[in-house]
Order: sequence, then structure tokens, then C-alpha cells
Amino acid sequence: MRKNLNVIAAYSIMMVLILMVGIFQSWNIALSIFNLCLISAVMTMGANIQWGYAGLINFGIMGYTALGGLAAVLISVDPVQEAWRAGGFDILMSLWLIVVMVLVIRFILKRFEKSKIRTYSIAAIIISGILLIRFSAEPGIEAIEAVDPAKTGFLGGFGLPIIFSWIVGALFAGGLAFIVGKVALGLRADYLAIATLLISEIVIAIIKHEDWLTRGVKNVIGLKRPAPYEVDLQTTDWFINLVEKFNSGKLSVIENLADRQAALNQLVIEGSSVFVKLCYSGLFLVVVIILLILTQKALYSPWGRMMRAIRDNEEAANAMGKNVVKQHLLIFILGSAIVGIAGAMLVTQDGLFTPGSYRPMRYTFLIWVMVIVGGSGNNFGAILGGFVVWFLWIEAAPISLFLINFFTAGIPETNALKAHLIESVPYFRFLLMGLGLLFIMRYRPKGILPEKIEIK
Amino acid sequence: MDFINAIILLLNYIFIPALTYGSQLALGAIFVTLIYGILRFANFATGDMMSFGTMATILFTWYFQSLGVSLGVLPTALLAIPFGIIFMIFYMLLIDKFVFNYYRNQKSPPVQFAMVSIGVMFVTQAVVRIIIGPGDRRFFDGEKFIIKAREFKEMTGLNEGLALKSTQVITIFVTIVLVSLLFWFLNRTKTGKSMKAYSDNEDLALLSGIDPKKIVLVTWVIAGILATIGGALYGLDKSFKPFTYFNNMLPIFAAAIVGGIGNPFGAFLGGYVIAFSEILLTYAYKKFFMYILPESMEPSSLVQLLSTDYKFAVSFSILVIVLIYRPSGIFKGKVL
Repeated sequence: MRKNLNVIAAYSIMMVLILMVGIFQSWNIALSIFNLCLISAVMTMGANIQWGYAGLINFGIMGYTALGGLAAVLISVDPVQEAWRAGGFDILMSLWLIVVMVLVIRFILKRFEKSKIRTYSIAAIIISGILLIRFSAEPGIEAIEAVDPAKTGFLGGFGLPIIFSWIVGALFAGGLAFIVGKVALGLRADYLAIATLLISEIVIAIIKHEDWLTRGVKNVIGLKRPAPYEVDLQTTDWFINLVEKFNSGKLSVIENLADRQAALNQLVIEGSSVFVKLCYSGLFLVVVIILLILTQKALYSPWGRMMRAIRDNEEAANAMGKNVVKQHLLIFILGSAIVGIAGAMLVTQDGLFTPGSYRPMRYTFLIWVMVIVGGSGNNFGAILGGFVVWFLWIEAAPISLFLINFFTAGIPETNALKAHLIESVPYFRFLLMGLGLLFIMRYRPKGILPEKIEIK
Repeated sequence: MDFINAIILLLNYIFIPALTYGSQLALGAIFVTLIYGILRFANFATGDMMSFGTMATILFTWYFQSLGVSLGVLPTALLAIPFGIIFMIFYMLLIDKFVFNYYRNQKSPPVQFAMVSIGVMFVTQAVVRIIIGPGDRRFFDGEKFIIKAREFKEMTGLNEGLALKSTQVITIFVTIVLVSLLFWFLNRTKTGKSMKAYSDNEDLALLSGIDPKKIVLVTWVIAGILATIGGALYGLDKSFKPFTYFNNMLPIFAAAIVGGIGNPFGAFLGGYVIAFSEILLTYAYKKFFMYILPESMEPSSLVQLLSTDYKFAVSFSILVIVLIYRPSGIFKGKVL
């Protein structure tokens, strides 16, 4: 108990902060912050597995998040029959071509010795294969994108409940991580950072522009929900009764019956959106707790010890007979898969998929700030980092507005400098994040909750 | 005649734009490579430092414009660039003193430097946005075209016009001058040679009496010059928007690594490799083939290898391929 005191204290402070937002701003804002904190926590756990456990630097978090989001679309959207009829065959043919291409390359890699001719022939196969696929798929893609472009214009998905996409998102992200890992993991740390960053940009470029699959920048909106809809709740009797019961004190003060009814309606509208957010919180909390248990178990298992050994001294671990390359690949896949889950969760909560919104600032660098600030190598630290940084990211604007007003209290409103500062309040969050990261790295390089190794 | 038309077409749509874009990338790439070679870290704040320098230049341009100072046909920004450079260098040295210096003394691993540079990236981004805002700014003034497409057509009687923007000529000219000066400095002067030595082998350089503080100072000064000029030229040619500058960091990194990171000459060429491959692979060659092929063989499609949406993806793919097959870059050899 004693040694966990700092963890408990840190989390209590965080919860109090969120509760304060609920009391002073509104419960809606508090819960939406809380939900995104939970999603961020899942992402940081993924990044923490890679960076904290194994010392692998992955600046491609954005790409895996987007793939998770794509999974949510492909799982939950109903298939567009017309588009399948128009171009499904061409697409399937291209898929088949890709499979054939991969098999041929595998065959060549297995059968022939490494030589220049082999490398060139593989390059030739890949280039000609891409050209072939491009030209054979083109009519199909055009046909699909022409199907009611304002509403669909893509193949749609499988029409399954969206919650399955959390697993599929993990699989997608893990699959991508397998390819990236095979390609890039041999690189030195800073090269790996740049390579993963650029690969994630390529992934985003593909998601943005392959309209037949993802609808691209036209966005997919109105995804199915695992939680009830606000509009339905507002007409459900048990929910109205529940709200009435909760607010009986407040309502009984109002004498006039019509006023009371109006107040109740207002409360029901507010309550419904709070209730929906609570449903999401519950779902996300389950995911976070399951992942936390699994990652903690992994960290203190022989496997976790091996990972730390590899991180701290690769050569020694290699000499002890540990397969460093294989373990690096494994942990790269695991971490990315967790990020994929978070990506699917994010799209599930938003109910829409907007490829244009995936930017490295928000989905890669901010997550890294979370991991570093929270404490890499420590799961509780990483989750706390997700909470703290996301909370500050959202609340930075109101805080800095307050500070500006406080320090310039004597200056009249019409002062140009003051007006300019107030106008640029949204950008103070970058300043806050940057300064926070720099201070933590300087004065507490292991993060708020540093890694602790317990030998049991 | 058709053949000349085809050549003019390529010049107008591929060669000159790629040369301009490549020059802008090259300056940034040399900046990245110098920091990597001498200070030994991948600077993720590259794009934002460039936007800071450009911002300073824009502010001075506005100031000169309000005073009524101008260079006639040339953009006023050229007059403002030296002042922008001073501001940029001052900012970089400030950051170095308060941030990077500590980690240098600690002999931190490069990864930690990279993380710290992300912190600098956030701060710089905030500073730029708070001072000048996130919007699109154009600060070009003076004569826009040297040759207009229509005039060219009238002059030569060809079907295809060749438009030459003054910003393109300025960019290419300034890049050539600046890069020649830089290589002269690195290869011929004592300070330049000591920088090279420091980059090759730090301990040996220190033993032979090279002052590390001076090396670091000179590196930041050169970096400030490159960042400001590169950023300002890009802003003159296109427009200034902080977010674009952040994004430009990625092809700049690609250029630096493709050229062999730590090698300024490689970075210089890498800029052009990236720019040309981006534009060559995403250009629609239909019109070109219409000129050079007989009518019966005219292509029906656009003859475009990749859609322009994948412009960035091209450079990143090149980078990934280079990283896998030749991690030391195309032009390896001597480091700095």
C-alpha cells in the first residue's frame, strides 16, 4: 500500500480534476474529456509497450489509429450492394492478383539464393504487379465511386455490430505492424522514428484517396452505435422517470406545473447525452482494465523480464540466446494492435470516420508526450500520462484565457495586444504541451510515475 | 515543331517547378543534415524552425512596406531576410542554451535529443501561431512573372507557353549562391574544416584543440541562415502557413536521408531527387505523348503513373526503399 501511495495520489488528483470540470463547467464536458482520456490511455499503453518495455520508437501511431478507424467503418457499415455489383468483381480480381504477387515473391525468396538478379526480379515483379493491378482495377474503382457518390460511392462494410471492429482494428494494425516491422525494425532508433512517421503518412494518404474503400475525404458519417441514441432515450419512460427521480429535489421547488415539465424536458435532454457518454465510459473502462491486467501480467512475467533485458542490453540478451529480432517484431505488433483498438474505439465514440483529421501532431506526437510525461515503462504511468495530457490539451484554452485575463486585468479590453492574445488562446495548448514535455524531460526524465522494477 | 512543344511542356510543368521545389527542399535538407552531423540528433523541429524564420521575415517585410521601402521589381522580403535570419539565429541559440545544451553535456542518446526536439517543435509551433496566427499569408510583392505564358507563345509562335515566375528564378539563384558559399566555407576555411573534424570524430577533434562551443555556435548560425532563407523562399513561391511548414518537414527528412544523412552535398542532391521523383511520377503525360507520338498512337488515358494525391507518398516510399536497401543513403562516402 505504502509504495503505491504516489500512484493512488496521482490518480485521485486526476479524478478530482475531472469531477471539478463536471461541477464547474458541465458533466457533458467532463465525461467527454474522461472518455477521450480513456482512449488516449489505450493508445499510450500501446506506445508504452513498444517504447517502455522494448525501447522501440514508433512514430507511426497515427497510421495504426487510422487503420483501427477504418476497421470500424468496414465492420459496421452495411454493404452497398449496388457498388459490389458494379465493381466488386474487379476489386476481388485485384485482391487475388495481390495475393498471387505476394506468393510469387515468397516463392522466389525461398527458392533462390540472395543475389542481385533476385533483388531486381523481385523489384520488377512488384512494379509490374502494381501497374497491372492499377490498370485492371481502374474500371471497377470508377464504377464503384460512381454509385450514388453523394451518399455512398464505396463498397461499404459487413454490417456487423461496431464493437467487433475493436478486435478487427487490432488485427489490421497488427498486420500493418508486421509489414512495417519486417521492413524497418533493423534500423537505428532515430531512423526507425523517421521511417515509421513517413510510413504512417503513406497509410493516411492511401486511406484519404482510395475512395472506393474508405470514401476518402468525403467521410463516413452516422456509424452504428453500441450505445442507445439520445433521441430514443428522450422518449423512453424509464429514462424520464430516472431523471425525475435524480432531480426530484430540484424539480419539487418549481411550483408551476408547466414550468416543471419544461425543466424536466431540459434535464432529460441533458441527461440523455450524459447517459450515452456514461455507456461509452463503461465500455472503454472495461477495455482499459482488461488491457491493464494483461500488460501488467506481461510486464512481470519472464517474457517481460526478457524484454527489459533486450531493451537494456541487446547484445547481452542476444548472447543469452534470446531472439532479439523476433521479440522486437512481436512487441511491435502487440503495441500497434493495441493502438488499433484505440483507433476503432475513437471512431465508435465519434460515430464518424474523417480521414482528413488524422494529423501527426494529434495522433503521434501528442501520444508520445503522454507516454513520456506519464512515465515510460510503467503502465500506470502511461495511463496517467494519457489522462493528464488530454485533460490539459482540452482545458489549456480556458486556463490560458483565465491567466491572460488575470495578468492583463489592468489593461482595457480594446488594447491590441490583449485582444490578439485572447484571439490566439487555442494555440496556448501547444505551448503548454511543449513546455510540459521539456520540463518533464529535464527534471523528471522518467516521468511522473517512473518505472519500477520489482523482483519477486 | 511538335518536338519543341513537348520539350517546352516538360520544362514548364516538370523541370522548372521541380527545380524550384527541389531547391527549397535542399536548403532544409542541408539544415537537417548539419544538425544531424554535428549536433548528432534528428531535429523534429525543423519545419517549425523554418516557419519561425519565415514569420520573422514576414514581420520585417510588413514593417518595410509600412515605411514605404521596396526593392522595385524584386520582392521586399529579400530586404527583410537578413533581419529574419538574425531573429532566427537568436531564437535557435536561446533554445540551444536552455534546452539542447543540457543534454549535450549529459551526453544523452540521440533518441532523447529527438524527444526533446519534439518539445521544441510544440513550443515553436505555439510561438509562431500566437504571433502571426495559423492562417495563410502571402507576402510577395514586386513583379510576379519574368516571362508570361502568353507572351512566350506570341514571341516564339509555339503552342505551349513557358511561364517563368520571378520567385522561381530567385529561388534557384539564391540556392546556388548560398550552397556554393556553404561548401566553400565547409571545405576551405579553418572553421569549416574543424566542423568536419568534429563531425567525424568528436573526441579526436576535442583533443586537437577544437572548441566545441564555437562549433555548436557556428552550426546554429549556418542552420539559422539555411532555415530562414529556405522557409522564406518557399513562402514567397507558394504561401506561408505554419501547418504546411510542419508538413514540409517530412519530404525534407526524406531528402536528407536519401542523400545520406550527415552529408551536406548528398542532402543538396537529395532535395532534387525527391522533388523530381514526386513531380515526374505524378504528372499526367497525355499531352506530352500527343505531341511526340503520331496521331494514330495517341493515348486515351491520362498516362499518369500515380494520382497527384500521392505526391507526398512518393517521396516517403523512396525514402523507405532507400532506408531498407541502403540505410546510409545514395551518396554515402565521407561524412560531412
